[in-house]
Amino acid sequence: MPPAALRVSNLKKTYKDVVAVNGLDLEVFPGECFGLLGPNGAGKTTTIEICEGLTEPDSGIVEVLGLRWETDSKELRERLGIQLQETQLSDKITVLETLQLFRSFFRQGPSAEDAMGLVQLQEKRDARVGNLSGGQKQRLALACALVGNPDLLFLDEPTTGLDPQARRQLWDLITQFKKDGRTILLTTHYMDEAQQLCERVAIVDHGKAIARGTPRELITSIGVEHVIEVSTGSGAVDLERFRSLPGVRSVDRIEGGAQLQVSELHSTVPAILAELTHQNLPLTELRTHSATLEDVFVALTGRHLRDA
Amino acid sequence: MRSHPLFQLILLRYREFIREPEALFWNFAFPLLLVAGLGIAFREQPPDIARVAVVTPQLAQSLRQDKQLVVDELSAEAALAALRAGKVTLIAEPGPSGEVVYRYDDTNPDARAARMLVDRAVQVAAGQTDPVVSTNALVREPGSRYIDFLVPGMIGMGLMNSGMWGLVFSIVDTRRRRLLKRIVATPMPRHYYLLSFLCWRLILLPLEVGIPLGFGVLVFGVPLRGSLLELAVWCLLGAFTFGSIGLLIASRAKTIEGASGIMNLVQLPMWIVSGVFFSADRFPAFAQPFIQALPLTALNAALRANMLRGESMLQMKQQAAALSVCLLVSFLAALKLFRWR
Ligand SMILES: Nc1ncnc2c1ncn2[C@@H]1O[C@H](COP(=O)(O)OP(=O)(O)O)[C@@H](O)[C@H]1O
Ligand SMILES: [Mg+2]
Repeated sequence: MPPAALRVSNLKKTYKDVVAVNGLDLEVFPGECFGLLGPNGAGKTTTIEICEGLTEPDSGIVEVLGLRWETDSKELRERLGIQLQETQLSDKITVLETLQLFRSFFRQGPSAEDAMGLVQLQEKRDARVGNLSGGQKQRLALACALVGNPDLLFLDEPTTGLDPQARRQLWDLITQFKKDGRTILLTTHYMDEAQQLCERVAIVDHGKAIARGTPRELITSIGVEHVIEVSTGSGAVDLERFRSLPGVRSVDRIEGGAQLQVSELHSTVPAILAELTHQNLPLTELRTHSATLEDVFVALTGRHLRDA
Repeated sequence: MRSHPLFQLILLRYREFIREPEALFWNFAFPLLLVAGLGIAFREQPPDIARVAVVTPQLAQSLRQDKQLVVDELSAEAALAALRAGKVTLIAEPGPSGEVVYRYDDTNPDARAARMLVDRAVQVAAGQTDPVVSTNALVREPGSRYIDFLVPGMIGMGLMNSGMWGLVFSIVDTRRRRLLKRIVATPMPRHYYLLSFLCWRLILLPLEVGIPLGFGVLVFGVPLRGSLLELAVWCLLGAFTFGSIGLLIASRAKTIEGASGIMNLVQLPMWIVSGVFFSADRFPAFAQPFIQALPLTALNAALRANMLRGESMLQMKQQAAALSVCLLVSFLAALKLFRWR
């Protein structure tokens, strides 16, 4: 196994009475895109900012590119690309001026013009930052993280607050950086983002990594391949009878029907239909989707990512 | 080929400044307008022209012989109204037994002067002659007019305003945007960030001081009697002192509102008591030790001593000390308290 690009062990950080990070472990390998997935307040930002040397941990070990913040901060600053959650760059200067400014802070890296090309902002070259759209601002922030040609890229919620089209555009860029062989640690509370971009994911809740692995592994680990939602109009279903159907792992009542976590569709769906006939309930809607990281989070915590 | 980070940061200061029209106005146009407006409002009046009212044509005739009097011939009622409104300072009217009665406020120095002029004109018209012949040799000294007092005060106030505002606004806004944290996350040495403000002040200073000073000297003939080099040193000392106070205010504040509240608290008393528009000596003696220790009081006194009286820095040691102590204390406190996030 190659030496880790980032290694965090037993990390702890408390703010007054809030435990933000509570014994978190993490290992990111060179060339991979690693995701910290968790709801708001899970401790993702605190963790990533400790890794970025911006916040002091209370205890725990942080090793970045084999170096320590206490002794090698000067070199680390040169080698890391950082995009913070919710940084607003200066509104009054242009895209190119912003990149020239940030480029001047680093020893080596692409020119400001080239960095602009990496995030496809050439046509906004001379536009003031204040006049950019949310997605364009976020791409500029990304370019600012790239001007030092970093060995490790930290992205904190890179697409939060963006419209779907802008998100997709940002995903394409990040996918491109991955192809260029960059190591990336990103945080997100969007399960589709983690699933789309990350080779490996750690699910974070209450300052702890409660699960770790590839998205596929995590989904398989809960033994649920598919999720079925049935709506029965006004009639109340008998959940207990659903529970005993073949292949059903768990059942929840939802508005106007039931949600079932199942391991395979082909045997369970006919059984559900037969059961509904038996209970004398109409079927108004039946939906299925493959299990996602969201379902993993639900299975592990009993809560949803967005409303946790 | 990369440009130096300090150069880029100064460029950032320049760009943010030049692209903020309000800042340009407050820094350059506003002080000029104020000097011009006050200079015109308080321009030199030919001295001792007294405006008085009379109620009879005979009195009007005799008083108009005197060039120092402006005489309004009015009805008794209109004359009283003009006196109350301050349009005239004195009314001359015939008394019941042929004498002349002067109606005026004896606590008003202008009215007392008018009384003497009017009485003399009345006596001369009645045939009085001077037993001793006298003539006048007039001296009008620049340096003692209101505009001479005002221009150094405006320069001092300008140094305080721009020294504090530019710095505080910029730093607090950068912190609010979480851009300060982002800048600290780069390999750029932090002190360059603060250094860029210092350099930018040095670049701006000649303009900030030069414009009102040049205007005062060229348009109103305000004197420059002291050493220009020492004047520059005073301005530098003032600029750095107020810059340090600004840095201290900006060291923790997270919102512009919070910072400007503190800034007003610091600046407002100095606008009033530090001798910008009128002398600081007008305040009661018990307050003087405090007032004299304020940096703007010290700076204004020093600028006036240099420009109007040609005094050297050695004669203004107390002011130099007040400014230096303030600079040092606030700078050290700011460094200790400054929060980079
Ligand atoms: N500077 C701070 N002071 C006090 N509490 C904080 C601070 N930063 C974060 N927290 C708290 O720590 C917890 C984790 O926050 P954060 O790391 O921002 O989570 P996430 O990025 O996953 O949303 C939250 O409860 C938050 O309120
Ligand atoms: Mg966060």
